[in-house]
Amino acid sequence: MELVCPAGSLPALKTAVDNGADAVYLGFKDSTNARQFAGLNFNDKRAGEGIEYAHSKGARVFCAINTYPQPDGWETWKSAVDRAASLGVDAIILADMGLLEYAANKYPQVHRHLSVQGSATSYEALRFYKDNFGIRRAVLPRVLSIDQVRGVAKHSPVELEVFAFGSLCIMAEGRCYLSSYLTDESPNTRGACSPAKAVRWQETPSGLESRLNDVLIDRYGKGESAGYPTLCKGRFEVEGSVYHAIEEPVSLNTLDLLPELKELGISAVKIEGRQRSPSYIADVARTWRQALDRLDAGTDGFRVDPAWNNTLSGLSEGGLTTIGAYHRKWK
Amino acid sequence: MMKLSLGPILWFWSKQTVFDFYANAAEWPVDTVYLGETVCSRRRELRLADWLDIAGVLKDAGKQVVLSTQTLIESEADLRALRKICSQQEYLVEANDQSALQLATENKLPFVTGPSMNIYNTATLKLLAKQGLKGWNLPVELGRETLRQLISELKAEGLDLPAEVFAWGFLPLAWSSRCFTARHYNLPKDNCEFRCLQHPDGMELRSRESQELFRLNGISTLSGSRYDLMREMPDMEEMGVATVRLSPEHQGMADVVRRYDQVRRGEAPDTDPLQLAEAPPCNGYWYGKPGMDLVPSNSRLSQSSTLPVSSRF
Repeated sequence: MELVCPAGSLPALKTAVDNGADAVYLGFKDSTNARQFAGLNFNDKRAGEGIEYAHSKGARVFCAINTYPQPDGWETWKSAVDRAASLGVDAIILADMGLLEYAANKYPQVHRHLSVQGSATSYEALRFYKDNFGIRRAVLPRVLSIDQVRGVAKHSPVELEVFAFGSLCIMAEGRCYLSSYLTDESPNTRGACSPAKAVRWQETPSGLESRLNDVLIDRYGKGESAGYPTLCKGRFEVEGSVYHAIEEPVSLNTLDLLPELKELGISAVKIEGRQRSPSYIADVARTWRQALDRLDAGTDGFRVDPAWNNTLSGLSEGGLTTIGAYHRKWK
Repeated sequence: MMKLSLGPILWFWSKQTVFDFYANAAEWPVDTVYLGETVCSRRRELRLADWLDIAGVLKDAGKQVVLSTQTLIESEADLRALRKICSQQEYLVEANDQSALQLATENKLPFVTGPSMNIYNTATLKLLAKQGLKGWNLPVELGRETLRQLISELKAEGLDLPAEVFAWGFLPLAWSSRCFTARHYNLPKDNCEFRCLQHPDGMELRSRESQELFRLNGISTLSGSRYDLMREMPDMEEMGVATVRLSPEHQGMADVVRRYDQVRRGEAPDTDPLQLAEAPPCNGYWYGKPGMDLVPSNSRLSQSSTLPVSSRF
C-alpha cells in the first residue's frame, strides 16, 4: 500500500518524502483546494521545487484541486488544472464534475484521482466517475464501515485510497454545508471549514469560550484542554442535555485495520493534515512508514507496535483516536 | 408563472401520517411532488409499492411525480433499493448522488437532480444534460448571484434546463454515517428503536446560549432556522427560476403552500410574515451570506436594484 502524506509547505513536503511518503499531495495558494489556510500551500515556483525534490527521491506528487468552482471562479479553477499539468504533477485530485471533464479532455495523460470531496460512497458512483472522466483512483469518504469498504472494494473499477490518520470528518465529505451555514465559507465553496477568520476566543467568568461567527461552539472549564472550534466538534444542547452532540474532538487512526485494508486490495492510505507542521508530518510519516514496512513483511505476523500508537495519540486532537466509522458500533 | 413543488419528506413519519399528508397534498396548488425516503435506509414505514400507490393518486390529481433517491448510499442493500427506482419507467427520478446518476444514465432514464447534487457551474450542467438531465435544484449553499450567472450561461449555450430553488423549510445541510438521534438516546444505530418517529420535525440542537443552530434528524443535520424565500419570489421569477421548492412539515403545510401560491400569482403581498412551528427565519444563502443570517427586507430591497418592487403590489 502506498503512503500518501500531506504537504502544506515545501519544508513539510521534503520532510514527508524524507520520512517515507510514497506520495505527497499539495494545493495552490488559493480557494481551489480544500485546505485554504493563510500561510499554507504552494505557488508555482515552490510547487515546481517540491515536485523536483519528490521525483528525485522516487516519490510522486498529487495536486488537489478539489473545491467546486462557481461561474465567477471557473477560469481560476481551470487555470489551476493547467498549472498543475504544466508543472508535471503525477495526478490531479478533483471533485467537481465540470472540472473533471475539463481535465480529462485537455490532459488525458495526467492521472485523475477523485477527491474525497467527490463524495463517492458506492461502486456505482465510482463507475460513474470512471466511465465519464476516466479516473484512476478514488479517495473514499470517512463514513463507510470496514464491511462497506469491503463491498465497495470488491466491485470498484478504480484504485482506492482511504483515510488512515488525522482529523475525522464525520459528515459525508463534499456534501457538508454546515460551515457555510454558520460562516460564509464551506469546504466546497472556499476550501475552508469553520474558517479561522470567523474564530474568536474569549476568557469569561464561566470559562474560556470559543466562537465561530459569534456562535458559541464550546466553553471550557478550568483544566479542560481547548481545541479548535470546528463546528461539529463543539458541545451543544439537545433536549436539555449538553454534550458533544455531533462528534467528540478525536482523530482517526486506522493502524489496527492495516492488515484488513491490505487484504481488501486498498491501494493507498492517506494521512490528513496539510495544515500541520513539518515536525508533525515527520512523526506521522515515520510511524506509518514503519507500520507499512512491517505489513509488507507479512500480514500474518503484523502487530501494532504500542510505540506507534503512543506517537500518534500524542499528535491527536484531545490525545484521543478512534477508528471512526470503520467500526460499525461507532455509528 | 413559476411552479411550486413539494420536496421529499425529510423527516420520519408513520405510514398513516405520510398517506394522510399526500391525500391532502393532492388538493394543494403544487405542480410537482417528490416522493421517497432520501435520508435513512432504516426508515421503512413505506415500501416502494406504497410510494408508487401515492404516486398514482397524485398523478391522477394532475401532479407531476418524481421519485427521489437516498442521498447517502452506503451498502449493497441501498443499491438494490436504488436499482428498483432507476429501473421503473413511469416516473422521472431525482438523483441525489452519483450512484443514482450512474444507474439512471445506464438505464437511459431521464432524471433531475436534488439540492445535494453538487452542481456549481455550467460545465457540470452541460455534461449532465448530455446524460439526460431534465432539471436541477440549486445546491442550498449557493445564492442569487451564482444562480443568475448559471441561468444566463445556460441561455447563452441554448440549453433549456429548468432551475429549481429550495425556498422554504429547514435546509438539509449534512449527512453522516452516524445517527445523531440514536446517539442522543445512547442507542446503537442498528438498533435505534426508530426514535425519529417521535420527532416529526427533528430535534433542536442549540448552543449553550440557547441559539437555535441545527435540527438533528437521524443521520442528517438540517438548519436550525427555517429558510424562507417567499419575498424573493418576484426576483426569482424575473431571473427565470422555473420551480420553487417547499419542504414538507407535518403541520401547517397547507397554509404555506397557499401563501406561496398567492404570492406567485401576485394575489398577496409577499411581506406578511409566515410563522409555523417555532423557528427563526433565515435567508442568508440567497444573499451570499452565512446561511443562518436573515437579511432584512429593507436592505434587500435596496440591493435588488433590478426589481421594480413598488410596482408589484
